[in-house]
Amino acid sequence: MSESIADASPASGGPDQAYNYAYLDEQTKRMIRRAILKAVAVPGYQVPFGGREMPLPYGWGTGGIQVTAAIIGREDTLKVIDQGADDTTNAVSIRRFFAKVADVATTTSTEDASIIQTRHRVPETRLREGQIIVFQVPIPEPLRMLEPRETETRTLHALSEYGVMQVSLYESIARHGRIAKTYNYPVLVNGRYIMSPSPIPKFDNPKLDRSPALQLYGAGREKRIYAVPPHTPVKSLDFDDHPFEIERWDECCALCGSRESFLDEVIVDDSGKRMFVCSDTDWCERHQR
Amino acid sequence: MRDLAPGLADPPHDAQRLFRAVLDAISHPGRVVELIDAPAGPSGVGPAATGCLLTLADRDTPLWLGPAYDHEAVRDYLRFHTGAPLVADRAQATFALLSPEVAEFDGFAIGTDSYPDRSATLVIEVAALGSGATRRWRGPGIDGASRVAIDGPDDRFWQAWNENHALFPCGVDILFVAGRQLAALPRSIAVEA
Repeated sequence: MSESIADASPASGGPDQAYNYAYLDEQTKRMIRRAILKAVAVPGYQVPFGGREMPLPYGWGTGGIQVTAAIIGREDTLKVIDQGADDTTNAVSIRRFFAKVADVATTTSTEDASIIQTRHRVPETRLREGQIIVFQVPIPEPLRMLEPRETETRTLHALSEYGVMQVSLYESIARHGRIAKTYNYPVLVNGRYIMSPSPIPKFDNPKLDRSPALQLYGAGREKRIYAVPPHTPVKSLDFDDHPFEIERWDECCALCGSRESFLDEVIVDDSGKRMFVCSDTDWCERHQR
Repeated sequence: MRDLAPGLADPPHDAQRLFRAVLDAISHPGRVVELIDAPAGPSGVGPAATGCLLTLADRDTPLWLGPAYDHEAVRDYLRFHTGAPLVADRAQATFALLSPEVAEFDGFAIGTDSYPDRSATLVIEVAALGSGATRRWRGPGIDGASRVAIDGPDDRFWQAWNENHALFPCGVDILFVAGRQLAALPRSIAVEA
């Protein structure tokens, strides 16, 4: 399977000549590049940028695509995943898009990729130094569900006034006996900014902490870019008596037998029979061998 | 204009590679990167300084030139190749090209608490990277601490830097350049003797 996907690279003869290299014009790329540099300089802070119309709808990764388009070059190898899978519609279209407009090699292997664009997962394989992971972000503001006004959330970030977030986690404990949030679990970056890690399962949060790879986050609809440099502390919010915990399963993956990866529950027939399989297809294929 | 030196030979690809080198540098503060694709630039300005301005500056980014660079040849070159408006008031500048001698951080945009990104990036040309006085850098992008040697900035400069670092999340960011080499110092980094 992986071979056929990787083969979806461009027909020979280089990139599509109808567009500038990597689709965006140079002026736009410079603007995004400047935003990325400021985002790295202020880890976790959301830098506004002039988001462009992209040839796919909001919610399909327009922010991540713009970040990738601003950094990608002919020497790169690109991997794109959607919920951990390389073979889903969103991942396949974005990978083909860059194969076409940026003339890059594509891969499904986490290890071989220099840039990994992702929606809602961090690969199970530990990322290494030199890799860049680009997250597609639907709602970049972690406080948005608690405070709808942008002017207010911006002030809360400016003042590091994050009590409202702690209160919401406390309320969750009061109601459910534990912090019930399972994805998009808020983190504190380098002790300063509360950040949305995008809708990854909280299972993936520990992978963000002091990762040797560079993390870039792009939100197309909201037009925000933020970043976590390598080796930067990323702490999942919790309380001393309710420490942060990740999901665990009694089952193992039905395909590869892995007990350490994030599992998707799949209903396989009308009588409600189910199986658990790895969400990370590259990891799963590797472990089936 | 007669003797204008060339800019990037292959703009989309050269700029992309130059940007990735700068991104690598700012993601790993203190790491010295080589800007292979940087053009020679006008007389008196090194390739790395020229390369990062050609990659990042354009008509949206006012540029301030330090006294050592405020010459007709440099102005003509940067105006032609980047389109960046040259400003006399440093507070207006998005980018600045200067030598470590005039580096008082006072007066450059440091952003605001609500918009710390609206701050200047200073391109500072030093004598050498990887040699000279060594200092200990700590902060995001650095695993623990790293010892970074830069030949140029004096004690007064580093004192001013720590005042800048104390403003975090506001503050300016620095790209040190020497010849074809570049090392970045974002405001998040604390520097000790």
